[in-house]
Parts: sequence; C-alpha cells; structure tokens
Amino acid sequence: MTPAIQASDLHKTFGHQVVLNGISFSVAKGETLAVLGRSGTGKSVLLRLLVGLEAADSGSIRIQDREITDLRNEALSETRKKVGYLFQQGALYDSLTVAENVAFPLERHTKLNPAEIQTKVQELLSAVGLEAHAGKMPSDISGGMQKRVALARALALDPDIFLFDEPTAGLDPITANEISLLILEQKQKRGITSVVVTHDVHGVRTFADRVALLNEGAIVAEGTMADLDKNRTPFVVDFLKGSS
Amino acid sequence: MATSLTSKPTVVAFFEWFGDLGVFFGRLVRMALVPPYEGREFLRQLDLIGPKSLPLVLLAGCATGTVMSLQMREALVRFGGKSLLPSVIVYSMLKETGPIITALIVSGRVGAGIGAEIGSMKVTEQVDAMEASAVNPLKFLVLTRVVACILTLPLLTVAATFGGIFMGWITATLTDPISLRLFFLNGFKGATFNDFLPPILKTTVFGLIIGLVASFQGMRTQGGTEGVGRSATSSVVLCSLFIILADVILVKFIQLFLS
Repeated sequence: MTPAIQASDLHKTFGHQVVLNGISFSVAKGETLAVLGRSGTGKSVLLRLLVGLEAADSGSIRIQDREITDLRNEALSETRKKVGYLFQQGALYDSLTVAENVAFPLERHTKLNPAEIQTKVQELLSAVGLEAHAGKMPSDISGGMQKRVALARALALDPDIFLFDEPTAGLDPITANEISLLILEQKQKRGITSVVVTHDVHGVRTFADRVALLNEGAIVAEGTMADLDKNRTPFVVDFLKGSS
Repeated sequence: MATSLTSKPTVVAFFEWFGDLGVFFGRLVRMALVPPYEGREFLRQLDLIGPKSLPLVLLAGCATGTVMSLQMREALVRFGGKSLLPSVIVYSMLKETGPIITALIVSGRVGAGIGAEIGSMKVTEQVDAMEASAVNPLKFLVLTRVVACILTLPLLTVAATFGGIFMGWITATLTDPISLRLFFLNGFKGATFNDFLPPILKTTVFGLIIGLVASFQGMRTQGGTEGVGRSATSSVVLCSLFIILADVILVKFIQLFLS
C-alpha cells in the first residue's frame, strides 16, 4: 500500500548550519510516527518541510502519493487542507475568540452556513473538552487549553494527516498526559496518520506506533519503542535514560 | 535569510531591502487580482485605520490651522497683506500641510500598529499557522491593511484639512471678526478643481507606503519581542521617511502634469 507520507533524502541547511542531512522515512496510512531527538536537531524543521512552510534544499516529499516539493500556491493549498498542524505554542490567532479560531478554516474552506459552522465548532470544542470556553480570548485560557483549542482548530477540516510539533512541551504531567490521550483518541476514532515531534518519551509510549530518533540531522535509530529500548547504541541509551 | 535594513546598514543590505520590498509588492499585486477576498477582515481594518485615527488626525489638523493662522497673520500684517490670510490658510492646508500632517500622524499610529501586530503574529507562528491551514497570509493580513490605508488616507486628509481651515478661521476671527462664509469665499477665490484634487489624491500613495512598508517590516520580523519592537519602530521611521521623499516627487509630478 502507498504510504501516506514518504520523505526521501531530505537535505536542509540554514547558512552554514546543516539541519537535515539526507533524512528518509515513510509513514503508513493510520500510523503514528514519533520523531524524537535533542533540541536543535531539526525536528521542527522536518515538520515544516512536510507542509511546505520551508523548502527543502534537495530531496522528495510525497503526501498521499503527490510530490509536494514543486507545488506552488493553489496546488499546495489543496494539499495543506488535508494536513492538520499543531504548532508548539498553539499559534492561536490572538485577536479572535476560541470559537472564532476554530471556525477560521471552516469559514474559508467549506460551504457550511454560519449555523452549521457554529454547530461544528461546538462539536470540535466538545471533543477537546472546551465547549464552555468558546467565547474567551486565547490570552484568557491556560497553555494546555490553548493547545487543545489549536488541536480542535487543526481538526476542523477533518484532515487525513496530522503533524504535531512538541504537543506536550511546557505542560504539567497531567495536562501532557491528557494531550497524549487526545492524540491517541484521534488516531483510534478517525484513523488519522500522524507525525509527532516530541521530547516526551513517556507520551510516545502512549500514542506512537513507531519512533525515529534524530541526531545531527540524520535518523540514528528507527522502530517501535520496544526496539529502541533494546538498542544498545550509546546515543540511544543515553537519550532514553536521560528522558526517563 | 532576509536581512534587516536597520541591523545591517550596508550598501548590499540597502539594495537587498528594496529588492525584497519590490518582490513583496509584486506578489501583493498578483494576489489582489485573484479572488477570493477577505471582506470581513478588510472592513475590520477600515474601522481600525479610519474612524479610530480620526480624533488624532482632526486634532493635529486643528492645531496646525490655529498655529498657521497666528503665525501667518503676523507676517502678512508686516507686509500689508492681511486680507490674504484666508487664501494662505486654505491653500496651504489643502495643498500641503493637511496631506503631510495626516500621513505622518497615520504612519505613527497605524504604521507602528501594523508593524507590531504582524510582527507579533510572525514570531508566535500565527502567520505560519495561517499558511499551514491554506489561508494566504499576504491576502488576509497584508492586502486588507494596504487597501484600507489607501482608501482611508484621502478621507482623513479631508477631515484634517477642513478642521485646520475651520480652526484657522476661529483664530483669525478672534482678532479680526470675519464671517465663515466670507473667510471661505476669500480663501477659495480663483481656485479650480485642479488645485485641490491632486493633493488629496496623492495621499493614496502615502496610504500605500504606510500599509506596504509597515506590513513588509512586520512580515520580516525575527527574534521574539525585541524583534517586534524593532519592526514597530522601523515601520514608523521608514514610513515617515518615504512619505516625505514621495511628497517631494509627487509635488513636482503634480506641478508638471496635473496642475
């Protein structure tokens, strides 16, 4: 079966700094791949390449069997509609309320009337447990709530693929666990294909089918979490030990 | 990576900045020709830039009219041309002072606001979030602000200009009583449509400069809150500078081709 995401030999540099040095991986439909690695190893850059926010220096990215590295404007927008993206800090529009944030993509990419949009927004906010906060501004809710609103917004267009950038970073253990369970729930309910960039090894054990460990711009270990636990490479051992 | 004019004041950075601005403007023009348009955001920006700038612009126009009346009266009395005071105030406010005062006030208030708002959205990844959800940030954030600036500047200029003329009359009449009707008749004596329309229309260019430069600086923001502060400051400085330079060119252009 064709993978939902296929990345081959990706290279990316900023100035003289090599961020990604020939990364290749694939994610099957409905699978959740966690990308682990130290800070500054290019995990977030990798996600940005997958949705075309940055251009790769070389290499290929296929989303649902469509090459996206040479797509521009409308064609890229069509692919982006199928991909949900949860940013590290949520990236909620701070001039809009919680409900307006969630309605934002619906108003632009669907033919739903205002009443239908309102119903859909309520459903999405209920799914993340925030229906009571619809009228609040993003600055009036906590960091964990902001991430859940961002999750609801990213789910609004029923994406086939979801990219999570550090979904549990900066959250207390209970809220982090809630977010991990939400990721798992989306996978089980909707069969969404996900790539999760994270440091949270505990969370990875909850939601990931497979893990790729990044170091110095390359994947140094790949497999299930059980495979990584058995891996005796010093970096893998140190990373997992340091994270536990 | 994009370079900043303020942090790299070299010849290369200078020309690079203008090149990037040109490309940015070109992309904006292309976006403007292709629907759909962000009508609701455009109306929100019209409200933010127009009515919310009106009190400040009106105050500046009135203050300028008052000062002009006081200063000019003294000078005209010295040369025996006191009767020319209405004309001097009307022509000066309509042709130059009204447009330039309005543009500089709006560049301070709106330019800084646009630079800071877009800059803040840029560093908090809101611009990326918009792009990732297949909404064009140039169309949503920039085009709406640029067009709103272009459309509101002439209207604000008319308000500032007539506020200035009115206060000029009030100030003049406190010393030498003169009716408003007579003041206007004297002031507009011999004037043609061509005297006044080009100066008002040139403010659309000032509006374009404010919207474009401030948005451009906002979209180039890097480096957290410090970067946002830099964008706001550089927006005001560059907008003011380009407005003054554009004024010099436009005045000559109007004299050559339109007056």
